[in-house]
Parts: sequence; structure tokens; C-alpha cells
Amino acid sequence: MSFVNVFLLGMLIVCALAVSLTRNLLTSLIVYMAYSLIMAVIWMFLESPDLAITEAAVGAGITSILFFVTLKKIHAIKGDSEREPTQK
Amino acid sequence: MSRRRSDWEQRPQARIRKWYKEGFLALDEEIIDHLTQEPRHTHLQEELIEAQQQAESSRQHDRALALERMDQHNMLIWARTRGRKAISRFHVVLALALGLLMIIFLLDTVAYMPRFGDPNAPGANEVSRRYIEQGLTETGATNIVAGMILDYRAFDTLGEATVLFIAASAVLILLRIDRNKDGSPVQELIAAESDDQHYEPRNDRILQGSAMVLSPIIFLYGIYIILNGHLSPGGGFSGGAIISAGLILYLDAFGFEKAGRFFTYKTFMWVSFFALSFYALAKAYSFYCGANGIPSGIPLGTPGAILSGGLIMPLNIAVGMVVACTMYIFYALFRKGGL
Repeated sequence: MSFVNVFLLGMLIVCALAVSLTRNLLTSLIVYMAYSLIMAVIWMFLESPDLAITEAAVGAGITSILFFVTLKKIHAIKGDSEREPTQK
Repeated sequence: MSRRRSDWEQRPQARIRKWYKEGFLALDEEIIDHLTQEPRHTHLQEELIEAQQQAESSRQHDRALALERMDQHNMLIWARTRGRKAISRFHVVLALALGLLMIIFLLDTVAYMPRFGDPNAPGANEVSRRYIEQGLTETGATNIVAGMILDYRAFDTLGEATVLFIAASAVLILLRIDRNKDGSPVQELIAAESDDQHYEPRNDRILQGSAMVLSPIIFLYGIYIILNGHLSPGGGFSGGAIISAGLILYLDAFGFEKAGRFFTYKTFMWVSFFALSFYALAKAYSFYCGANGIPSGIPLGTPGAILSGGLIMPLNIAVGMVVACTMYIFYALFRKGGL
């Protein structure tokens, strides 16, 4: 159990560093989702399933969706640049 | 060799090292340079040309005036280049000073806190023991967490709900694009909608098929979590977030037109209004009863049954409805500024 805990905490740190150090916003967002998922598992190990459910639903789900929409709006996702947005 | 070197500079290790060696200043300078490079050159050139032309034309009339103008332009140029740099440096120093001040202040506060694991600490008083020992009989909720946040400390939860409501209102004010008074959409809304339709997947088979299978299951799971909030882990907030995830999936797969058949802006308004006022009224009633020592008359039921825990289950339902609607409308607002 302790090995799993240490591994998860290490992954948490790696994810946190990767989020702030990757240049591509989409990549860092996906890593951020992974961070939330690992955090949810850690909440589970800390015996607080309430928080685990909330973290998985809000942290990995809703927040990331809102971030994705925002990235799309500011045309930060690669591949969107091929399609031209309509002129306002 | 040089190519390898430039590759190396892009790698994360090198960036960590750079960040470690030169601090945020270097990164900030890089960003500021990157931001100001393009406009600075063009603006400067334009301004210089303008200044020269003005100087030439006014030299014939008044040389002194021209010199004065040149001075003004030089000052402008100074403000755009060195002045901006100085201001940004000032900002960095200010931010560092504020951060240090905050760290010192917080560490000073921490010094006054009781030691970790101290049996005489205020956090380890009889309250937490009472919650664990008497929670089941006093609140009727098998899930102690739900009993705590919606019964013992419901006042805190009401405050949190208020904060969330204020934040949602602020987002609504910022992002919502109003229609005209006669209901016709304004130019901005039409542009936002056409921009949004550009990205909307049209009849994507895979997405629609998976949404058709998944969204009912997600809805059921969210409803289960809300209704069992007082019995098992979960509650209004997490269940509402799950339901809103299902709604968003449906919206993504089938578009605004189909989702608008059961969820419009009016739905959001009425559901939020009724759920929030129910929450506030129910809590006001129980606060009034609790403060005056009057028995509230709400049966607690047998612990473990679905209809138990007094007000906890209705409150969970109210919270879940508000959260689901709010998250869904956030998504719609982010996408095109309204439903």
C-alpha cells in the first residue's frame, strides 16, 4: 500500500511540474486532467470517498471541459488554425 | 552541434535549470519581449517617420515648435521602450515584495497555531467526538459527512452556496449576450452563434451513439448519488456535477436545438430560483427552531432507510439541481454566450 501511495504522490508532483512546464496548452490541460484523476485516487486512499467523487466529477470533468471550450474560443488548440473562424 | 544545443534549450530540464538559475525575471523578460516586439518596431518606425515629417513641415514655420514636438515624441518613445521596461521591473519587484510579505505574515500566523497532534488543541475538543458518536442519532444520516455539512454546519454550507451563487451571477453578467427587447438576437449573438456552429459536430455517428448509451446511465448515476447522499458517499454537489456532465455530453452530441427542447434559459431561472429559495427557507426554519430550542417537528426516520435524515435529502436534491443547472449554463455561456 505504501509503495502505491509513494508512487501516486510522485506522479502527482510530476504532473504538477509538467502542467506548468509544457508549452502546448492542450497538453498541459490533459496532464491537468490526469493530475485530478490521481488526486481522486489519493482521496480514496485517504478514506474520503466524498471528496474523491467530487474531485473526479469537477476536477477531471467539468473544469477541463470549460478549459477546452476556452482554448477553442481563443484558437489555442492546434488544428483549429486550418479552419478560419467567421469574421465578426 | 548548434542544432543539438537549440534542441537542448527547448527541453524541460534546461527550462527548469534556466528557471532555477535566472528566476522568473528571465522568463518575464522573454514574455514581455515576445509581446512587445512586433508592435514596438512598427509603432516606433511609424512614429519616427511621422515625427520627421512634422519636423520638416514645421521647420519652415517655426523651428522651436518642431524641436518641442521632437522632445515630446522622444519622451513618448522613451515611455514605450525603457519606461515600459522600468514599469515591468517595478511590477516584478512589487510582486516579490508582496509575496515575501504574505509568506512572513502567514508563517507568523502559523506560529500561533497549536502543535500538530496536541490533545489540548481547540480542534480536538469534544465537538468532533460528538459528531462521530452522536451524529447518527441526532441527524439520522448514515453518512457522517452529509450530516455534518447539511445539519451541524449547515450555516457554513449556506455561506458557501451564497459565494457560489455570487460567482455564477458574475459569470452570467460577464458572458451572457443579451437579446433585443423584442426578442430578436443582436449582431454579437449572431456572430457568436455562427462561430460556435462552425465547431459543432454535425451528426457525428460515434459521438451520438455513445451519448445515447452513456447519458441515461450518467443521469441515473448522478440521481443515485444525490438521493443516497445521506446514506453513502456523495451528495448534492458531486451528484449535480455528474448530471451536468451528462447534460453537456448530450448537448455536444445533439446540438443546442435538441437540448433546448427540455432545457432553456427559463428552466435554469426557475429551477435555480425554487431550489435556492427552498434551501434558504428550510435552513432558516431549522436555524430558528434550533436557536430557540423548539423541536422542529421533522421526523428523522430510521437510519439507513432512503427516507431518513430529516432535511438532508431534500437539501441535497436542491443543491444537486442548482449545481447541475449552473454547470450546464456555464458551458453554454462559455460556448456562445447564452442558451
